[in-house]
Amino acid sequence: MIEFKLPSLGADMDEGKLLEWKIHPGDTVKRGDIVAIVDTAKAAVDVESWVDGTVRQLLIDIGDKVPVGTPIALLLAPGETAENAVLPARGAERRRISPAARKRAGELGVDLASLSGSGAEGAITLQDVEAKAVATATPAPDRGAEMRRAIAAAMSRSKREIPHYYLADTIPLRPALAWLERRNAELPVTERLLPAVLLLKAVALATRRYPEMNGHWIDGAFHAAPAAHLGVAISLRQGGLIAPALHDVAAKPLEVLMHELTDLVQRARAGSLRSSEMADPTLTVTNLGEQGSESVFGVIYPPQVALVGFGKVMERPWVEQGQCVAMPSVIASLSGDHRASDGHRGALFLAEIRQLLQQPDAL
Amino acid sequence: MSHTSYREALREAMRDALLRDPRVFLMGEDVGRYGGTYAVSKGLLAEFGPERIRDTPLSELAFVGAGIGAALGGLRPIVEVMTVNFSLLALDQIVNTAATLRHMSGGQCSVPLVIRMTTGAGRQLAAQHSHSLEGWYAHIPGIRVLAPATLEDARGMLWPALQDPDPVILFEHGQLYNVEGELAEDVEVDIHSARVRRSGHDVTLIAYGGLLGKALDAAEQLAQEGIEAEVIDLRVLRPLDDATLLASLQKTHRVVVVDEGWKSGSLAAEVVARLTEQAFYEFDAPPVRVCSAEVPIPYARHLEEAALPQVATIAAAVRTVCGT
Repeated sequence: MIEFKLPSLGADMDEGKLLEWKIHPGDTVKRGDIVAIVDTAKAAVDVESWVDGTVRQLLIDIGDKVPVGTPIALLLAPGETAENAVLPARGAERRRISPAARKRAGELGVDLASLSGSGAEGAITLQDVEAKAVATATPAPDRGAEMRRAIAAAMSRSKREIPHYYLADTIPLRPALAWLERRNAELPVTERLLPAVLLLKAVALATRRYPEMNGHWIDGAFHAAPAAHLGVAISLRQGGLIAPALHDVAAKPLEVLMHELTDLVQRARAGSLRSSEMADPTLTVTNLGEQGSESVFGVIYPPQVALVGFGKVMERPWVEQGQCVAMPSVIASLSGDHRASDGHRGALFLAEIRQLLQQPDAL
Repeated sequence: MSHTSYREALREAMRDALLRDPRVFLMGEDVGRYGGTYAVSKGLLAEFGPERIRDTPLSELAFVGAGIGAALGGLRPIVEVMTVNFSLLALDQIVNTAATLRHMSGGQCSVPLVIRMTTGAGRQLAAQHSHSLEGWYAHIPGIRVLAPATLEDARGMLWPALQDPDPVILFEHGQLYNVEGELAEDVEVDIHSARVRRSGHDVTLIAYGGLLGKALDAAEQLAQEGIEAEVIDLRVLRPLDDATLLASLQKTHRVVVVDEGWKSGSLAAEVVARLTEQAFYEFDAPPVRVCSAEVPIPYARHLEEAALPQVATIAAAVRTVCGT
């Protein structure tokens, strides 16, 4: 028997509210299938299965709010049957629920399965039941306020824990934009590439030589990520922002990336992201675009260790072979975690991005 | 109000009874000329004479038996047994005779006897003088068992005990004799109910006799931490006043029972069992007992202290039950 637990969908998530089940008892589930839609402080997220199995039992109800790590469904592993299934040891234990809490839950119609206990040894107490009854009766909280609270928690943690250093470099984009113009002339309007995909691809490729920018700082040590899943900062129309992952950017052609980026932005704004997109980013890229400022120095999203920022692409005076010319360029910045890397390597990383952008046909 | 001690309150209760009812007399080892092993009867011989304040030979079996005979014969004897440990020599008289005669005689005979005895540890008197066996007596149908823990009960329980047509045993905790305080002139108490000595809403702390004070001290300490304990003084160990205990449990939903007896087969076990049987669904945490370590009470001071429930262990048990 497999206990399917509510995954953490980011550093700022510690609980989630079940909006919808996408599976039912008896269904066969493949790895990557959507199991449920769970509301986090930031967005409704499609939670994917990380295992193959058959749904045995759903453990929480729609509307229940449970902490990350709470078992939400039981799946039979491939080959297991209802008869020979072995419950995980912890799941087999009878939950500690005080008699008074059990009685009160019956009176108030509170579902005990969805509660976590605050009593001695995790027992569910009268107080837990009554708090749940009050919470259920309380109208849904303001989404905007929750979003601010989530951002506040993650950013405060970042500035509290991460010793940031900042670097910036102005990157000439004439070759890249010229290449893009030629390429787009060959493509149907709907498939035209935006400069953003070039920037993203360059960042992802640069992490191959500078892996200390791509990964996570966990329990006092850096853990390099095996692939560059770039967190793309997307501002939401109702306010706030979210940075879901564009998976394995270094390995994908630009056309595919463009398609995935468009899809990701649309789904982020529609509120239907996947759990892997929420949980997987290894390095965040924030791209202010045409409406933005000249440069941006971002706050690292913990436990990531770096953030690359791109300001607005614009023509700047540029000295080339003793002549001052108008050069389309972008200011790229790096916010680095000084625990995981040093400014010297950071500067080389930015230089690598610059270099890669000078040969757009290699991207 | 007058300033007095637990010992003086007990003496005053006996004086009062001796004055009010000519059938009342006191007997026991050294109660006369010596004034009582714990000096409770000091001065009574001079005031009431050797007919009513009687020194007895060193035989608990004999003088408790004589007390039963006197009670059957129409007198109102108060028999003092030095400690509960020694009362075991009189168990046959108490359990097989005093407690049974009303039933075995079909209601023809009653035994209006009061037996006073010292119980409890804490005075470095070692294992043969320090045990808390009142729970054994609370097991026996046919007798009433009282545990005065306050000056008021020390002064007030004797008279209603003498009015009871059946045997009553009064347990005086050895550490209480020197406790002093203010006492009202006219004391009237019942011998059937438990009392709430401190009101609270977080946890019910049940104690009696020598440990009531420690339970109250623990409650004051816990109040500093934001836990309001309701402290109940059992007062009457048999028959137990279930209603008062249940009412408190219904308010607090948590129970800690403090008992100087050993945990196994204890009065504390009985209290917990009754509450669990009658109010299982009121519990918000498992009930907890704080009892003496299961050893003969040691002589060495530090070992004796370690063996007994203390303010710190009571407070710790309450914190566990409250999940803090």
